[in-house]
Amino acid sequence: MTATVSPARVFSAILLRDVTVARRELPYFLIRTTLQPILFVIVFGFLMPRMGLIPRNFTTMMIPGIVALSLALSAFQSVALPMVADFGFTKEIEDRLLAPIPTPLVAIEKIVAGLLQGMVAAIFVLPVARLIMGPIPGLTFGNLPLLLLVTLLSGAAFSAMGLFLGTAIAPQQIGLMFSVILAPMIMFGCTYYPWAGLRRVPAMQYVVLVDPLVYVSEGMRSALTPSVPHMSLLVIFAALVAICAVFIWLGLRSFRRRAIT
Amino acid sequence: MSDAVIIRSLRKVYGTAPVAALEALDLTVAEGEFFGMLGPNGAGKTTTIGILTTRVRATAGDALVAGASVSREPSSVCHRIGVVPQRPNPDRGLSVIENLIFHAAYFGVARAEATRRSQQLLERLGIAEKKDAKVDQLSGGQQQRLMIARALTHDPGVLFLDEPTVGLDPQARHALWDILRELHRQGRTIIMTTHYMEEADQLCDRLAILDHGKLLALDTPVNLKAKAPGDTLVEVSFDGDASKVKADIDGISKSEARGNLLRVFSRRGGEIIPALIAAGEAQGLTVTDIHISRPSLETLFISLTGRKLT
Repeated sequence: MTATVSPARVFSAILLRDVTVARRELPYFLIRTTLQPILFVIVFGFLMPRMGLIPRNFTTMMIPGIVALSLALSAFQSVALPMVADFGFTKEIEDRLLAPIPTPLVAIEKIVAGLLQGMVAAIFVLPVARLIMGPIPGLTFGNLPLLLLVTLLSGAAFSAMGLFLGTAIAPQQIGLMFSVILAPMIMFGCTYYPWAGLRRVPAMQYVVLVDPLVYVSEGMRSALTPSVPHMSLLVIFAALVAICAVFIWLGLRSFRRRAIT
Repeated sequence: MSDAVIIRSLRKVYGTAPVAALEALDLTVAEGEFFGMLGPNGAGKTTTIGILTTRVRATAGDALVAGASVSREPSSVCHRIGVVPQRPNPDRGLSVIENLIFHAAYFGVARAEATRRSQQLLERLGIAEKKDAKVDQLSGGQQQRLMIARALTHDPGVLFLDEPTVGLDPQARHALWDILRELHRQGRTIIMTTHYMEEADQLCDRLAILDHGKLLALDTPVNLKAKAPGDTLVEVSFDGDASKVKADIDGISKSEARGNLLRVFSRRGGEIIPALIAAGEAQGLTVTDIHISRPSLETLFISLTGRKLT
């Protein structure tokens, strides 16, 4: 019998497994999670400005939203979809649930893996979007610590949301989840327009505040295009921290319910 | 010899279910023992394995596995056990050998040692030529062997198998039996659930017969067979309600009618059959089928539970 093993060591072995599998599936992963934002960039950031239907500086409003969307969507999907499959029918995660590590740490590992995949998608989309849209006035990488902080918090928040929904919903409801939860979240997430712009429709400006994606988009705006009006950093961080905390708590609870009966 | 598993007053009720899945179970399994749990679906076998492998939380009671409490020290229990699930659940994102190497890593085995062990296990289980294949390319029997190999990569003291031969063809089943016998010879404790009488009879040192979450009998297969009532189970089917048949025939120790089926335990073997046919005819019934079973675990099970195992 082998001697006992530290949870940190088990955690890194499980993370290495997810990284190995994700690396092999990288092309499919990028197509699955970034195709939609990239298509949007082609239409609204390339074609329509050239037709004169949208002002050319619209790309400045859009680029942070596109990065936010890619980050959030990939972090979410990277956790939610495997969770639905693992607990729903393949039961593949059982080997990790039987590893000598407390169950919540297996769930935390999923959140970390989702965050990493979200970051990969964001880092991939940014140069692609820039290439398609041409020079983007006002885009800056002058505040890297802020960019990193927004990325980490946002990725963790959506990864945890993926953990929660992936463990809470039945496999046959995935389609419903995309159309009822994700689609409105994307459209009202201030990805394609800044939140400040909504002041013309005041009711809407308050309603969208329930959408977690708003704070990711606005956070990206504050870091990537600070010249565009954006929410105050205090509100952005307070919201992101709160969303993170709530979904990590809900996610861990729901994961535990599925893991141990 | 010390005990590998000690189960104390274990009880499990799922959610708001009106009946307990497991009712005050007490059991001890010695180190090195090949222990079988026999019972039909819903008997509580899988629940017991679930609790012993930390995946099901007991409603009351506790169990010690290799000296660690399943409720208070689940990680320690996980470290000391290997689990072969009812349905193979290999990691489809990884190749066959990677399934073993990564699993070993989850248990803190260093990469080089994990690779060496994995190679060795694949050879021992006869799937070494598939080591770089995707798991989907393995047959059902090969996937089950991969599951056994995986359960052994971290060299656990106690091995749990939940109905390991369900869905396997007879050849794959016998091959698996040979593997299990060899593991047992090496001194490993094996706890297996099954609903195949023959499997339990052939492999296990001791058997627990469970039904409706209760322990009905616990002994060696030989002793259990000796406890089977009567000498012979005679089952006679009629073309009408069998409860009308008066089976007060000399030599019958126990009789029971279920629909058109009459089950009797006979001390005189098949000699009572003519009398049974006559008793049926007296009620205007004709015999449609007759089945005789010699004393076995199967006849014991029927006498204990009133129903067949499979």
